[in-house]
Amino acid sequence: MEKIMKCLFMICGILTIVFVALITIFLVASGIPAIRTIGLSQFLSSTVWAPTASNPSYGILPFILSSVYGTCGALLLGVPTGILCAVFLSKMSPAKIGNIVRNVVDLLAGIPSVVYGLVGMIIIVPYVREVFNLPDGANLFSAIIVLAVMILPSVISVSETAIKAVPKEYEEASLALGATKTESIFKVVLPAAKSGIATAIVLGTGRAAGEAMAVMMVAGNVANMPKLFRSVRFLTTAVASEMSYSSGLQRQALFSIALVLFLFIMAVNIILNVVIKKGETK
Amino acid sequence: MIKKITIIAATFALCVLTFIGCGFGTESNNNVKADSMQTISTDGSTSMEKVIGFLSEAYMGEHEGIKVTYNPTGSSAGIQAVSEGRCDIGLSSRELNNEEKESLDGTIIAIDGIGIVVNPNNPINDLSLAQVKDIYTGAIDNWKDIGGTDAPIVCIGREAASGTRDGFEEVTDTKDKCKYNQELTSTGDVVQTVAGNPNAIGYASIASANDSVKLTSIDGVVPSTETIQNGEYKIQRNFWFVTKKDKSLSKAAQEFFDFATGIQADSLITDAGAVPVKR
Repeated sequence: MEKIMKCLFMICGILTIVFVALITIFLVASGIPAIRTIGLSQFLSSTVWAPTASNPSYGILPFILSSVYGTCGALLLGVPTGILCAVFLSKMSPAKIGNIVRNVVDLLAGIPSVVYGLVGMIIIVPYVREVFNLPDGANLFSAIIVLAVMILPSVISVSETAIKAVPKEYEEASLALGATKTESIFKVVLPAAKSGIATAIVLGTGRAAGEAMAVMMVAGNVANMPKLFRSVRFLTTAVASEMSYSSGLQRQALFSIALVLFLFIMAVNIILNVVIKKGETK
Repeated sequence: MIKKITIIAATFALCVLTFIGCGFGTESNNNVKADSMQTISTDGSTSMEKVIGFLSEAYMGEHEGIKVTYNPTGSSAGIQAVSEGRCDIGLSSRELNNEEKESLDGTIIAIDGIGIVVNPNNPINDLSLAQVKDIYTGAIDNWKDIGGTDAPIVCIGREAASGTRDGFEEVTDTKDKCKYNQELTSTGDVVQTVAGNPNAIGYASIASANDSVKLTSIDGVVPSTETIQNGEYKIQRNFWFVTKKDKSLSKAAQEFFDFATGIQADSLITDAGAVPVKR
């Protein structure tokens, strides 16, 4: 019995490896042919995406840059807000209010992305249009706002855990030396929790870069080079919006986009992991 | 340690093999199934996906043991496929050219009417076909140029692979020339966006334009089933079934053909967002 269960556990563990391996193999195998046909440099650096034009062009630089800008923008807005909220929850809030906020954050995490998109489309897009006096509000800025809200829950809950894991004595020692509460938090507690906070940023990056549905509904989806108040298309939305109709080289090129996105997220994870490891060994 | 690695490797290999095995297994099963069923294969226009989907679904529901397949390759590829005998019925959203007409027959099964929608608060009620073209190519970029308020025009369209976009750009002669502010992935999104932006203009199949937007008339013709059927409304195109002249359809395919061109298919075609042909 013991042996059977052990076997079962191991098989389940190995299954995840199998899935990752299968996805990687599939993406590489189906993504390479189009890149070969189009040419890697043409594919990555051309600024024109027009797969159905009579003279088709397959350049995904606008998608790559839009995804990078969108993700960075969302992190810029979402990470500071999230960390400060986590500080509030773990250090400042009275127990009652803290519980309410925590529950609301959990709820926020559970909202499906299509709902974020819908709310963004109906509220944020018209609002952005009016506030900035633009002809149209579906642009990179709206996408950044929606993404920033979407990454908040993971940033908050992971950084709160990290902050709570910092030994109380650190803060007490700092306070005893005469530092104010704010000083203690920013100079002692947050630096001590930095590896956990870095994990929160990784999670946020993954969520922002990988989101398709909500972005598709608020970003306008035109394959423009990104500008803050211009309609843009992300890597994810490029795949999602054309997949159902495409055929031939266009379809293969969509697999290649997925491969690029996959490598992009892998790279972010690896880089941040290395950074965290370095921080820990110091 | 080495033993452990061997075990892990063996399990991994086993899992992969199982997966591959499963893959092959289901594939051959499908083939066996398809052989015992009568298959009617259609191939062609991606714009006809919905129409053919509604028709084949209803037909398969009524006829046990018949399978209607659809291969979305594009009109020209569909015409090519039927002329080479690779499918029973070719689907085309363009008319056959003279060369193709020598060996192939085209039958109109439905009409695709594309409506131009604007925000209900927009004073514009009528546009000419030329104005629509100028708006979408960027030659006209302010509503005041065509008698509206002084506000920039926001062009809402569909993604590059969309059949509606293909049809719209074909009729208005704006292929690859459109300057879109937004490319949305569904008709519903287009209607929603136009409803939310007073400066927006969009195109959508007539059936899906609801009260939240205003359908403009084109050259004074209000789009409706009648004006589309008699050809007065200009932004429309036909959906064709393409068959070979020298080779008659199989019995099952002929029955499906009759079903799709018969009067009972009208409501299905309407449900699919197209306009049935006039009888």
